[in-house]
Amino acid sequence: MVRMFRPMIGVTLLLWVLLGLLFPLVMTGVSNLVMPYQAQGSPVYVNGVLVGAAHVGQNFQPSPDYFWGRPSATLSVSTGKAKPYNAFASAPSNNGPTSSALISDIKQRIAYLLKTTPGLTTGQIPVSLVESSGSGLDPDISVQSALIQIPRVAKYTHLSESFLTGLVKNNTLGPSMGLFGRTRINVLELNLALYKALHS
Amino acid sequence: MSLSTVLTWIVVLAVFLITIKPIGQYMAKVFTYQPTFLDRPFGWLENGIFRVIGVSRESDMTAKQYGIAFVGTNLVWVLLAYFLLRIQNILPFNPQHMSGLNPLLAFNTAASFTTNTNWQAYSGENTMSYFSQFGVLSYLQFVTPAAGGAVGIAVVRALSGRKLGNFFVDLTLVCTRLLLPLAIVVTLILVGQGVPETLGAYFQAHTLGGQTQLIPRGPIASWEAIEHLGQNGGGFTNANSANPLENPSAFSNIIETISMGLLPIGFFYFFGVMTGRRKLAWTLTAVAGSLFMIMLALAYFPEVAGNPIVNSLGLATHGNMVGKELRFGMGGTSIFETATMAFTTGSVASAHDSFLPLSSLSFFIGMFLNMVFGGKGVGFLNMIMFVIITIFLMGLMVGRTPEFLGKKIETKEVTLASIAFLIHPLLILVGTAIAIHSPAGLKGVYNGGPQGLGEILYGFTSAAANNGSAFGGLGAALPFYEIALGIVVIIGRYASVMAMLLLGQSLLKKKTVPETSGTMHTDTPLFAGILFGAIIILNALTFFPIMALGPLAEQYLMLAHHLF
Repeated sequence: MVRMFRPMIGVTLLLWVLLGLLFPLVMTGVSNLVMPYQAQGSPVYVNGVLVGAAHVGQNFQPSPDYFWGRPSATLSVSTGKAKPYNAFASAPSNNGPTSSALISDIKQRIAYLLKTTPGLTTGQIPVSLVESSGSGLDPDISVQSALIQIPRVAKYTHLSESFLTGLVKNNTLGPSMGLFGRTRINVLELNLALYKALHS
Repeated sequence: MSLSTVLTWIVVLAVFLITIKPIGQYMAKVFTYQPTFLDRPFGWLENGIFRVIGVSRESDMTAKQYGIAFVGTNLVWVLLAYFLLRIQNILPFNPQHMSGLNPLLAFNTAASFTTNTNWQAYSGENTMSYFSQFGVLSYLQFVTPAAGGAVGIAVVRALSGRKLGNFFVDLTLVCTRLLLPLAIVVTLILVGQGVPETLGAYFQAHTLGGQTQLIPRGPIASWEAIEHLGQNGGGFTNANSANPLENPSAFSNIIETISMGLLPIGFFYFFGVMTGRRKLAWTLTAVAGSLFMIMLALAYFPEVAGNPIVNSLGLATHGNMVGKELRFGMGGTSIFETATMAFTTGSVASAHDSFLPLSSLSFFIGMFLNMVFGGKGVGFLNMIMFVIITIFLMGLMVGRTPEFLGKKIETKEVTLASIAFLIHPLLILVGTAIAIHSPAGLKGVYNGGPQGLGEILYGFTSAAANNGSAFGGLGAALPFYEIALGIVVIIGRYASVMAMLLLGQSLLKKKTVPETSGTMHTDTPLFAGILFGAIIILNALTFFPIMALGPLAEQYLMLAHHLF
């Protein structure tokens, strides 16, 4: 046993230098040389102000003149109260299939959408727009989820519905690599296009 | 099934199928010390390490020495990790000024990462400094799967009639010849997809909606690569691979899924090359592969059909999207979750607590069996354990002493295999029973009804299987669970591994008996069928009662629209 102290501690330290220090630091250096934008976290700037990260969803819900993302169940770290799209504490709701909180949350979200959107019916709402995501930071919504929000956005921005439909079409992302995953809309990207249309 | 689902599944399964043979052959070369193309970049490094620590490729160990080296080195890692996590506040690379961990959390985290479990009672993005993430935890994500793999390699050597080899040599070679080269490639692919790799502090963004958003960053891509290649599964952030920072696209999701399976599956063929019984390797692969496909179907079809209670609300689409991310699609999510449970990784791309009851049954099956390929090396040992037990059962039926790989299977081997088999349900069921009989254990439950029982059961199963995923509702940060699960991960890791090492050595010492017409063949479809049946029956006998109280009861209550 005592004879093994040297290899036990030696292998721990040498592999630590290789795998715990050199590997992450060299990969960080190389990534920032080759793909600096992605390595830095895909920051998005508008007029020099950092408005978000391209892959991280954010909370547009309080503003009726923007498209909204999926419900987010993240909480504030300090207060423990609901704080949607809190990237500092990514989390799902963890509501199980027979949870009464799950069903009442969904019913409330449906009611809120119906109240805020002229002419909307329950049968038009995709389930993904009223069920919260796995990270609380889902950046995407489905095409249908964007289309049904157009009457509300049109009402508050005074842009025409046909213009907004075009905007949604132009900002629709195909599957990853053209093959995998869903056709979807990055809400931040769509809202940036909307912002530019309003402020140009 | 959508076209995207079909394509995703075909690509992942095809990569597994195509790589099993080359990876197995390559591993056999590395661990019999034959020249390979990586000698040039890594050979001098390994030789330097061996010289400094005073070992060589020829210094073979006995099973006892190998086991002591394994456990002793793990002990060094636990102490090192515990110490560094406690004082992370005074260490460098801490731009968010995270404070040192409290003793219980530091113990739970050090034990869980050293045993390759990666159970997390904390949220990475608001608890850990960058140094703790890459200098402590991500380091353990390299060496702990390497240590588990080394034991698996030693047992395979024994089964093939070779000496066991040297633990420190094997540990180093798994790191330099398997994990590190793959991790470099996977890291760069993930950065290309948009996973951050930086030491810069978190972003403070001013959103279009007029709010502020603090966006975490860090050396996430390198973490993500080894998290999956080593079947570790601990997330950089709390939401793990559901978080777009860790898994930004359907393609990165496929890359992470493939990363989990390459080495555990290749390990089966490695055994075939080493023992010269390739047909047996394919037979075992077919058994594990068919279990994988059953798990995949269970994790997909109920989710697409959706929750009947939600479906009755009359929305435009069905399909359970609670706790799921849109970009992966249902097909991408289901194959990721199947892989993470089959290969005992324990990372998640969605919230397991919110899956429908029959899909969560798939997750439980993965952890109960622990050999649907399993973690590399360790999962294979569990498969061998079931093979020994099955051969013993067959021997009982025909009334002759069974043989495996030309060696007689006798009392000692069957005893060791039985011990390895029984430790698992013992930890899970006794642990769960204690938790539901104590107020401290019940305090951690989030969901009501059978789902709540499922949360406790899932926690103990995940700890015993060294998986590390959770039904996230469980209050894992409570002292009761930090201590109880910390103990379970340790016993679950070392007890069965030691039994299998001794079993390997015991077989090695035996004389080879020549094959006769009476020898039962283990590489035939008939044996595959009996092995499959034995695995199902043994586990159903052990776990059906608790499954009836958990997911199955939940399923019937859901169909009856009962809410808690």
